[in-house]
Amino acid sequence: MNDDFDSVRLTDVSRHFGRRRALARLSLAIRTGDVLGLLGPNGAGKSTLLGMVATLVAPNTGEVIYGDRSAQRWGPALRRHIGLLAHELHLYAELTARQNLTFFAELYGLNPRDVVDAALERAGLADRADDEVGGFSRGMRQRLALERALLHRPRLVLLDEPFTGLDDRSVSAVADRIRRLAADGGIVLLATHDLDLADGLVTRVALIREGRLLSDEPASTGLRGRYREVVGR
Amino acid sequence: MFFRVAFLVLRKDFAIEIKSREILYTTLLFAVSCVLVFAFALVKEGEAPPDAAPAILWIAIMFAGTLALGRTFERERYGETLRALLLAPAPRPALYVGKLLGIVLLLGVAELVLVPLVAFFFLAPFFAKPLLMTLLLAAGTIGFAAVGTLFAAMLMRVRTRDVLLPILLYPITVPVIIGGVRGTAALLASPADEAMATMWLAILAAFDVVFITLSLWTFEVLMTE
Amino acid sequence: MMRKLFPVLLAINAVLFVAALIFINRVPPESSMGLVQKIFYFHVPSWIAMYLGIAICGVGSIWYLATGRPQADRAAVAGGELAVLFGLVGLVTGPLWARKAWGVWWQWDARLTTALLLWLTFVAYLTVRKYGGPGSEKLAAAVGLFGTAVAPFVYFSVNIWRTVHPLTTVMPELPNSAPEMVPPMLASIFSFLVLFVVLLMARLELGRRQADVDELYLAYEDRTA
Repeated sequence: MNDDFDSVRLTDVSRHFGRRRALARLSLAIRTGDVLGLLGPNGAGKSTLLGMVATLVAPNTGEVIYGDRSAQRWGPALRRHIGLLAHELHLYAELTARQNLTFFAELYGLNPRDVVDAALERAGLADRADDEVGGFSRGMRQRLALERALLHRPRLVLLDEPFTGLDDRSVSAVADRIRRLAADGGIVLLATHDLDLADGLVTRVALIREGRLLSDEPASTGLRGRYREVVGR
Repeated sequence: MFFRVAFLVLRKDFAIEIKSREILYTTLLFAVSCVLVFAFALVKEGEAPPDAAPAILWIAIMFAGTLALGRTFERERYGETLRALLLAPAPRPALYVGKLLGIVLLLGVAELVLVPLVAFFFLAPFFAKPLLMTLLLAAGTIGFAAVGTLFAAMLMRVRTRDVLLPILLYPITVPVIIGGVRGTAALLASPADEAMATMWLAILAAFDVVFITLSLWTFEVLMTE
Repeated sequence: MMRKLFPVLLAINAVLFVAALIFINRVPPESSMGLVQKIFYFHVPSWIAMYLGIAICGVGSIWYLATGRPQADRAAVAGGELAVLFGLVGLVTGPLWARKAWGVWWQWDARLTTALLLWLTFVAYLTVRKYGGPGSEKLAAAVGLFGTAVAPFVYFSVNIWRTVHPLTTVMPELPNSAPEMVPPMLASIFSFLVLFVVLLMARLELGRRQADVDELYLAYEDRTA
């Protein structure tokens, strides 16, 4: 039993909440080096899918296999390899940027001295390190949240709308970061509305509507056109 | 790993609380007002009914505890940080233990204020048997907090969580109230009935063991959607 | 097989009830209380049915938390609803009887108080299911599990709580004091048990139908796949 994995496979995964279908018999496979763009309208099930791959939501049917095992057989050690940046950002408003990063670093068994300062630098928040996060702008919190998610250098990186609230410079910085993550052997799942940003960044595209996977294909030019063609509207 | 993570969660909550002390002060003030309300309701011609003191003490602890539970988990709703905690590479029940310790400590501090206060207003010799009294308070607080932490955590996703928490918590923690009040009353009797107090202490301790175990078993299942 | 058994059981139940009523009618009224004493024949079996419902809810809840199978959840909710239903019958008949027997509606008798607390716990169970939003079956299962686990604690603490200040007990020991009451009591208990089974089967079937309807809704949504 090895300690890491190089692919994630979803097989016939379904999830409903009462009578509302969130995901319908979805099958996907991703491996290292992939930047998979999850594209679809609001309510398509992108966030549910990310939550499921992150082991926070259990499927009703089907399974998610990391490498050769399901999450249950992996146990807590699996989460060492997963980083999630969700819409809600997962930051404590009452703590400073440094305190937030230090807490999560220790939670993942890292020595804060090794990682926190570098992360603050990368987020461009080194001068605001000791200010409470509650006072940050959305863009600042977004950059900090991304660093928080990547602090433990996870293999599987799940990003839900990572570009929200970012200015141009930050957007290209984040996009470069994502490319580098995949090049270094990461598996990236990126859910976004921003087709222009996704275009040129993602290596594969999964088009989702109403919980159903409409298309799973390698990225090519003209993402917006392809999206309109498959998803409609 | 397990206790390290629990301790980290506890320390983080402490770090947040120490900045504003909001939950601490408001919980304390609430508990004190609770005691005063009971005083005005029960005291007639300068005297409270016998055995009122233990009852008031434990009721104030339970009411204040219910509020504190709700507010502690409310902190994890902003930024949905509870999800981030669930993503930590540690057994998820460790989060439960961290939160439980936090609540127990918070209520412990509240009790440091409440016990002398109730003793003062109701002329109750709470300090006659300090060891047994402390053990009773500890066992009862832990039992209440054990069930309360689990319920407050699992109700986090529910819209009506504020009112559902007491509805779920109070019937199940009735043995804690009975044990706490009767045990304390036994200690206040003259002469103090240590045997009875010890018996209630044993029942409370058994309650603690059973419900902490059940909470540890069910925490992960309840926290995943 | 179950479906064919149902009308048979229903018929047997009707016969049993009539038979029990005849038995009850034949027994001479008890000297001090007259006709009202016969409430007993409804009161005792109701409690037995409630505890049976609680047991089913507890087992179903554990099974559901461990496996997530919908059958477990259907069993749990059926048990919970029946516990609340029969508990209500017991809680209404109890005071009616007590009023006639001792002139007071309620006197914190150990057994009635225990039953009241457990009843409230399972009312909370149903409340969570109804108002807890999607996914509340799992949360309710936690309440069902905890409610069943707390039953012995409630029983012991309430008993000790009451026997410190002893009062007249509710249930005289029938076989010793009034042997002629045994046959109608057994007949009543048996009728209620069969009624319990009939209602349980109906409720489980209702649950299955509801699950089928939900499946249809989901299948309808999936139709353009």
